[in-house]
Amino acid sequence: MCLAIPGKVAELYKAGSVSMARVDFGGIAREACMVYLPEARVGEYVLVHAGFAITKMDEEEARRTLADLQALDEISAET
Amino acid sequence: MKYLDEFRNHDLAQKLLAEIRRTVTRPWVIMEVCGGQTHSIVKYGLDDLLPPEIELAHGPGCPVCVTALESIDRAHALARRQDAIFCSFGDMLRVPGSDGDLFQIKALGGDVRVVYSPLDCLKVARANPAKSVVFFAIGFETTAPANAMSVWQARAEGLANYSVLVSHVTVPPAMTAILESPGNRVRAFLGAGHVCAVMGWEEYEPLAARYGVPIVVTGFEPVDLLEGILMAVRQLESGRHEVENQYARAVVREGNPEARRMIAQVFEPCDRAWRGIGMIPGSGYRLREEFAAFDAERVFDLDGIVSHEPEACISGLVLQGARRPLDCPAFGTSCTPETPLGATMVSAEGACAAYYNYGRRR
Repeated sequence: MCLAIPGKVAELYKAGSVSMARVDFGGIAREACMVYLPEARVGEYVLVHAGFAITKMDEEEARRTLADLQALDEISAET
Repeated sequence: MKYLDEFRNHDLAQKLLAEIRRTVTRPWVIMEVCGGQTHSIVKYGLDDLLPPEIELAHGPGCPVCVTALESIDRAHALARRQDAIFCSFGDMLRVPGSDGDLFQIKALGGDVRVVYSPLDCLKVARANPAKSVVFFAIGFETTAPANAMSVWQARAEGLANYSVLVSHVTVPPAMTAILESPGNRVRAFLGAGHVCAVMGWEEYEPLAARYGVPIVVTGFEPVDLLEGILMAVRQLESGRHEVENQYARAVVREGNPEARRMIAQVFEPCDRAWRGIGMIPGSGYRLREEFAAFDAERVFDLDGIVSHEPEACISGLVLQGARRPLDCPAFGTSCTPETPLGATMVSAEGACAAYYNYGRRR
C-alpha cells in the first residue's frame, strides 16, 4: 500500500493551479502531482505514491550507500 | 530501473548476509513494520537466508489489513447506494466485510470505481454532478498527503458532491501498542521507509529512548532490508538504541515539510480501531471540523450497521507478530487469496497472502 516507485521527472506543467509532472518509470510515463515537491526539476528522480511525488531521490546518498556496502568485507577483513 | 536494480544486487546481499552472520551472537526478534517490507522479505526469501538467531516478526503496517471491519461495512453501505459513486484504491475491493466485498457489490450493480490517485476522484465528481462521489480514504502517513489534497482541492473548487470515508492509521502509536503488549518479544524495528519519507523520524526518537529499542528507517529492496537488519543487529549487540536511517537516498530527518503541513491542516489525530488488534489510542487521523462537509460519516447516515468477524481468522495475532500465518488451521485450506477469511490474506502485503503467494505452504 505504501508502495512508492522512483521515476524521472520528464515534464513539469500546471493543471489549473495545481503543479503536475509527467514522470517516466523506466519507459512508462504517468502523471504525478508535484505540490509537495515544488523544488523538483526536470531530470531529477522522485518517489511517487498514489499519484503524488513525496520525496526526491538523493543520488549522492544512493552512491554513498552502495560504496559503503561494497567496502563491507574489506573493512571486516581488516578488523 | 535506476534506484531499484542496484539495491537488488546479489553480491551486495551476500556481503550483508556474511556481515550479519559475523555480527550476531545471540537471538533477536526484529519487526519490520511495513507490509511492503514483509512482501519483499518473503518474496526474496530473506528470512530463510538470515542466521537462525534472527527472527523477523511481521508488523501491522498494511492499511488494507488493519482497516476496521466497521469501516469496511460502512464503505459497503455507501457503495450499495444508487445515488453514489464509490471510489477506492484497488486493493480494498476484495477485503471481506460482514457481508461480501466491493467486487460483489459492483457485480450487483453498485458503481464502484478503482482510482490510482485521490485526485482521480475529483475528476469523477466533476463529471457526475448529480451523484455523490465518495472516496475510501485509507492508508498510513504515506498516503495521507494525497488524500488530504483531494479534500483541500474539493473545498477550493466548491465541489459539493465529494466526500471521503476516512480510516487513516498512523505508525508510531501502533509501535507503542506492540511494545506495551504483554509478552512482547520485539527488540528492534525496521522503520517504514515511505512513511518516514513523509513524516521524517523525529517522532521515533522518544520511542527508541523510552523502550530501549533500536529503530532503523529502512527501504524496500533486498539490499535495503539486509542493511537495515545489519544496522539493527549492530545496535542490539552493542547495547545501543537509537534511530538510524538506512534509507538515506529517500528520507531526511524532517520528512517532507509541505506534505506534513497539508496533513496537519486537513486532519487531526483520533483514536482508531485496527482490525484484529482493537482500539489504539491516538492512532488515526480524522477530518478537522472545518472539513465536516466533506466527511462521508457526517454527510450520510451510517449508524445501525452491525458487523461480525469470521471466527476462524487469527489475523489479529498475525498482525501483531504474535503468530505466524502457518500457525492458522485455516491457512491454505478454507482461507486462500481467492476466498480470504481475513484481510491478511487479501492484500498482497498481508503476511498470509505473502506466505501463500510465495509458496510457504504446509
